[in-house]
Amino acid sequence: MYDPTVARLTYRALLGRKRALVLGALPLLLIVISIAVRALTGADDQTAADVLGGLALATMVPIIGVIAGTGAIGPEIDDGSVVYLLSKPLKRPTIIFTKLIVAIAVTMVFSALPTLLAGLILNGNGQQIAVAYTVAALVASIAYAALFLLLGTVSRHAVVFGLVYALVWEALFGSLVPGARTLSVQQWSLAVAHKVAGGDLVTSDVGLTTATTLLVVVTVLATWYAGRKLRTLTLAGEE
Amino acid sequence: MTVEHPVAPVPAGDQTRIHDIGYRSYDGPRLGRGYARRSLYSQSLRGAYGLGRSVKSKVLPMLLFVVMCVPAAIMVAVAVFTKAKDLPLDYTRYAIVMQAVISLYVASQAPQSVSRDLRFKTVPLYFSRPIETSDYVLAKYAALASALFALTAAPLLVLYVGALLAKLDFGDQTQGFAQGLLAVALLSVLFAGIGLVIAALTPRRGFGIAAVIAVLTISYGAVSTLQAIADVQDSANVIPWVGLFSPITLIDGVQSAFLGATSSFPGGVGPSHGQGVVYVLAVLGLSAACYGLLMRRYRKAGL
Repeated sequence: MYDPTVARLTYRALLGRKRALVLGALPLLLIVISIAVRALTGADDQTAADVLGGLALATMVPIIGVIAGTGAIGPEIDDGSVVYLLSKPLKRPTIIFTKLIVAIAVTMVFSALPTLLAGLILNGNGQQIAVAYTVAALVASIAYAALFLLLGTVSRHAVVFGLVYALVWEALFGSLVPGARTLSVQQWSLAVAHKVAGGDLVTSDVGLTTATTLLVVVTVLATWYAGRKLRTLTLAGEE
Repeated sequence: MTVEHPVAPVPAGDQTRIHDIGYRSYDGPRLGRGYARRSLYSQSLRGAYGLGRSVKSKVLPMLLFVVMCVPAAIMVAVAVFTKAKDLPLDYTRYAIVMQAVISLYVASQAPQSVSRDLRFKTVPLYFSRPIETSDYVLAKYAALASALFALTAAPLLVLYVGALLAKLDFGDQTQGFAQGLLAVALLSVLFAGIGLVIAALTPRRGFGIAAVIAVLTISYGAVSTLQAIADVQDSANVIPWVGLFSPITLIDGVQSAFLGATSSFPGGVGPSHGQGVVYVLAVLGLSAACYGLLMRRYRKAGL
């Protein structure tokens, strides 16, 4: 199910040249902000939860997820070089699975690791906040990577749709329409984080059972459908 | 059997020449640089809304345009039917509230405007026409700024017309409308510049979209987080200075200092007039810097 060559090529496509810089800039900014906040306010659990929840989990993880998830397959389909990959004697689901693993790994490294660091800087893991948000970021990385990888195979405008989901659906509708929160990767991962932290600082609108079920279902379904979609891929010219 | 062509006598010392192979030459009017610049501008402007392109590429810009205008229409309807004394939202506040839509529009349309030219290496073809680097950059910049102005000014127009229909005070509304227009004009120029500079760095469209949205949202997220913390810490004098570091708070600061808007900064602490001058300078400086960077990027025509 895992092909090292495809993995190596995907890593190179994701982290080659300038791309790693952009991926690295976001976590760096988070760390810089955490240092600034810590210097301004000192260690405060509520502030730490606000920064990690508002900036790291709500903004940074989805954006890294979009870049890694769609970037793992989108550009290849876009410039047509995916045919060379598809013409090799590899199963299409294997290709998708490998790319998913790479996308998950990249998202985790560039989002969960900085979240942990920022949490440690902000309040030294007081009340388990840093660990809770890191777990949330790890869980969210898996779901986001699967979801946006599927988008990459379905649409040429995957990045835009991914961002619309992450910023408009989760942030805007989530804050206006409470029902939209049930269908949000961010809230599912927060439910897991709530279980880890235990306190009232990390809360979610979704129960843990619902959240984990939905997370697993979305990830598996998205991966399965992406593999299926790759079998019937039509290569269109540039519009 | 070889056919002997009559060879025109070659002037001595001039061995290089372009052979006339018999195509009909063009002797109509040459429309010149100004015309080429205007054409590039109008084509880019139409392209920003998907006009003259495929149906698929019309969907997103038109959708964002509708999403931008619908809340304004709803507000007007509410104001007309409840006979309100005032609109529920200020003209200047509208763009701030709808910033996610504006950012998405910039992020999707700026790479559309420049990345494809880079990717298919059509930029050298443009410069084989009688246009200069400055013409190309100016046309693209002006086109995206105009498209953004259309996007941000249309809902204000809806609000204004609705306000007049609801018989709100004419002088009051006109003043607010004019201030709103000025603010969104500044916003359009600033956002177009930032979007184009980032998009022109990469020939990959998807990557350009992600980079633009990352710069716009992360800078806003960072600035508003720091402002909220400064507000809690009772260091309100820091708030306006922090606002200098993201595009949308820059516009917010300018309009709350000079255009009679209420600031959306935490605690409602807008910049004073002195700080407002710094804000205006920052907006103008950033726009000029974007223009300069674009000129630098396109100085080498072959990329």
